[in-house]
Amino acid sequence: MLNQEKRKQPQGENSIYKVSHLNLWYGDFLALNDLTFDIQEKEVTAIIGPSGCGKSTFIKTLNRMVELNTNVRTEGEILYHDENIFGDAIKVETLRTQVGMVFQKPNPFPKSVFENVVYGPRIHGINDKNKLMEIAEISLTNAALWDEVKDRLHKNAYDLSGGQQQRLCIARSLATEPDVLLMDEPTSALDPIATYKIEELIDQIKKDYTIVIVTHSMQQASRISDKTAFFLMGELIEYDKTEKIFSSPADQRTEDYITGRFG
Amino acid sequence: MPLFFIVAALISILTTLGIVTTLVVDASKFFAVVPLGEIFSTNLAPLRAENPTFGFLPLLTGTLITSMIAMVVAVPIGLTAAIYLSEYASAKKKKWLKPIMELLAGVPTIVYGFFAYSFVTPLLMNLIPSLNAKNALSPGIVMGIMIIPMVSSLSEDAMESVPHVMREGSLALGTTRLETTLFVVIPSAISGIVASFILAISRAIGETMIVVIASGSSKNLTFDVTQSMQTMTAYIVEFTSGDAGSGTVGYYSLYAVGLLLFLFTLAMNLFAQYIARKYREEY
Amino acid sequence: MNVETSMKSFQQQKANHINNTSSAKTKSYFESEQAKDRLARRILLDRVLQKVFFLSTIFALLVLGILLQRIIGNSIGWLNLDFLTGRLSINPDKAGISGAIIGSLWLMSVVIPVTLVLGVSTAIYLEEYAKNPKLKNLINTNISNLAGVPSVIFGLLGLTVFGRLLGLGSSVLAGGLTLSLLGLPIVVVSSQEAIRAVPGFLREASYAMGATKWATIRRVVVPTALPGILTGAILAVSRTIGETAPLVVLGIPTLILKSPQGVMDDFTTLPIQIYYWTLDTVLTREYANLAAATIVVLMVVLLTLNASAIIIRNKFQRRY
Repeated sequence: MLNQEKRKQPQGENSIYKVSHLNLWYGDFLALNDLTFDIQEKEVTAIIGPSGCGKSTFIKTLNRMVELNTNVRTEGEILYHDENIFGDAIKVETLRTQVGMVFQKPNPFPKSVFENVVYGPRIHGINDKNKLMEIAEISLTNAALWDEVKDRLHKNAYDLSGGQQQRLCIARSLATEPDVLLMDEPTSALDPIATYKIEELIDQIKKDYTIVIVTHSMQQASRISDKTAFFLMGELIEYDKTEKIFSSPADQRTEDYITGRFG
Repeated sequence: MPLFFIVAALISILTTLGIVTTLVVDASKFFAVVPLGEIFSTNLAPLRAENPTFGFLPLLTGTLITSMIAMVVAVPIGLTAAIYLSEYASAKKKKWLKPIMELLAGVPTIVYGFFAYSFVTPLLMNLIPSLNAKNALSPGIVMGIMIIPMVSSLSEDAMESVPHVMREGSLALGTTRLETTLFVVIPSAISGIVASFILAISRAIGETMIVVIASGSSKNLTFDVTQSMQTMTAYIVEFTSGDAGSGTVGYYSLYAVGLLLFLFTLAMNLFAQYIARKYREEY
Repeated sequence: MNVETSMKSFQQQKANHINNTSSAKTKSYFESEQAKDRLARRILLDRVLQKVFFLSTIFALLVLGILLQRIIGNSIGWLNLDFLTGRLSINPDKAGISGAIIGSLWLMSVVIPVTLVLGVSTAIYLEEYAKNPKLKNLINTNISNLAGVPSVIFGLLGLTVFGRLLGLGSSVLAGGLTLSLLGLPIVVVSSQEAIRAVPGFLREASYAMGATKWATIRRVVVPTALPGILTGAILAVSRTIGETAPLVVLGIPTLILKSPQGVMDDFTTLPIQIYYWTLDTVLTREYANLAAATIVVLMVVLLTLNASAIIIRNKFQRRY
């Protein structure tokens, strides 16, 4: 019933998110305009577009973090595993446990490396010391950070470099075993080597997680993503396989953007 | 012209020096007569014609007990109000709640004194029949109410200075606002929050009119909050507004008490500044 | 329509989905029933405590309400024109507070100019002239510590220095100078903030036209910072006009039969009047009503002052 409207390509069997007719306002300002598309499970979806196009707002809507801003109003629906995330059936806390998020600037807590990683599991009720240690090791290993920090687990997270802090934040998200990882320009504050490490990490974990990444860098989008969505002024202009978008975009505006004519 | 400005600026230094000199000079006249050991005794009878005694312990306990009652009221209410204003309240709610807090902070202490004596004490008498008309409980509670806005606004400032990205990091892991507040915001703001408590104690110790009016001037050492107790500030007021003539030991004793009071509050204020500066978190 | 069937298919779909995920992934603690129950409790606790925290905040409002209701209630029937214009009397029915009103006004006539001149000058020195960072730091620390000294200590200072040493006794001048020192930190801090907020380009424009430093301060900096300075001055007045303890220590009496004619005369003030009437309610019950009526007058004055401070602050905020 719901999926009968014409959806932007591509459509798949395993969509984890189904966005339909999503509008979002900040006060009177329409920041997202009638978005309708699906996000596939176990794929990397990149969202590109010039500053202010709504890509950050969109990704923050997927785990309802956008509601931390004042005066936000939404219309339409986003189905996550076929449940409307704005409905009563799914609590925002549950949603955010299953949908992790990594932010633009690394934001570890002013605690030890270990305490950062087990922060989520602890609050969700795991108290067993060995179990927590196990979670920390697995999460840090998955975030390609274990070898670098295993001898300083109880040192302050702020002693790590920027790139390490960002991988720590990824480990912190992985510790609650999410299905989806949202990444809001995760490398914009990092140097090229740290950026490379994060991209490599994304490549390693994408078989187990659905990843939605907002990026300013078109090279990054083309390197790491399976699908790419191009946003412009709150609208979804084009959404397709990444090779297609970067080789032969269907829309003139997409082509103008990726060839650097504006943005 | 700059010379005039320098002189003006130095007046504030002169004020501090004036306070210290005044207190030290006249207190030393007191200590020249009264041995230091005596002030730690429990016997306070400054107006006795023969052999007046100056044990300040009743004043110290009176001050401490009323201040502690005030803290028991002000800390939980002030801190939870700060949590609400900083972490839960919408911008709209904040817009009318904060001015009310400010209004409460602007009420003169004499008005609180009247309120304690003519409203809170009779109210408490219904609950505790043995309550004395002058007692430590009622002014303690009212002092606590007076201090709520101070604890609340300073703690709120401390919590609001915790970067927003910290909260986002926690909330994005599926924690509730309460958990984010308890495990991220408060630990990060703890130095500012503790500093606000210390400043509040200092304020309670130095508060005068509420205790003068509602706690009376009993100089007996007691821990019974239903009884009258005299605080250090109330002692100073009692002595200056009346009976002890200038030049007597009794007159100089109020400078000794003043010096103690000054040192207590100064130490607290410096300690609060030290904590706020030393343990400021880096993000 | 067949709502039932569509519901059924929906639930089936959901069940299928759960099966899918659990087979794809080893069953995680975070999806266990235990974690779900716990989450429900956690969310409940959050929502309940949110209400508790709100009540805590509202408590302030409640107390303020009771206080005002109590005081206004007590003052009804007592607060009238005769009360405002009448002189002090032992007979409660005839007592008035004209003496205290005039005394408070005289007191402010000393406090306002002294705190303004000293406070603004100190702020100008600290913000515009002070070169030695150590001295600047010393004065700043000193001022913030002075703000934390109990007012009763200022009373002792006033009693010793102004009252006895300078022989001013319990005159308007002695009281005014004492309270000026008390209000000084408020004016200094808010003037400093106001001066610091004056944008650099205004200063530069003045210097570019060849103005001296003093001329720039007098014609550009101070006028631009004036709203902030005034706000601070009003707050200092509203703080000092309600002060009681330092004046009691200075020995300001309540029974003044002649209103003060100058700064060297004895005087009484509204808070002092409230103080003695409150103390004497033991003797005469109606004194509580007189105290309440005087409090209403004092509170109206304070509210007016604070409201005007807010209006000035809002009206002149950042116009450049």
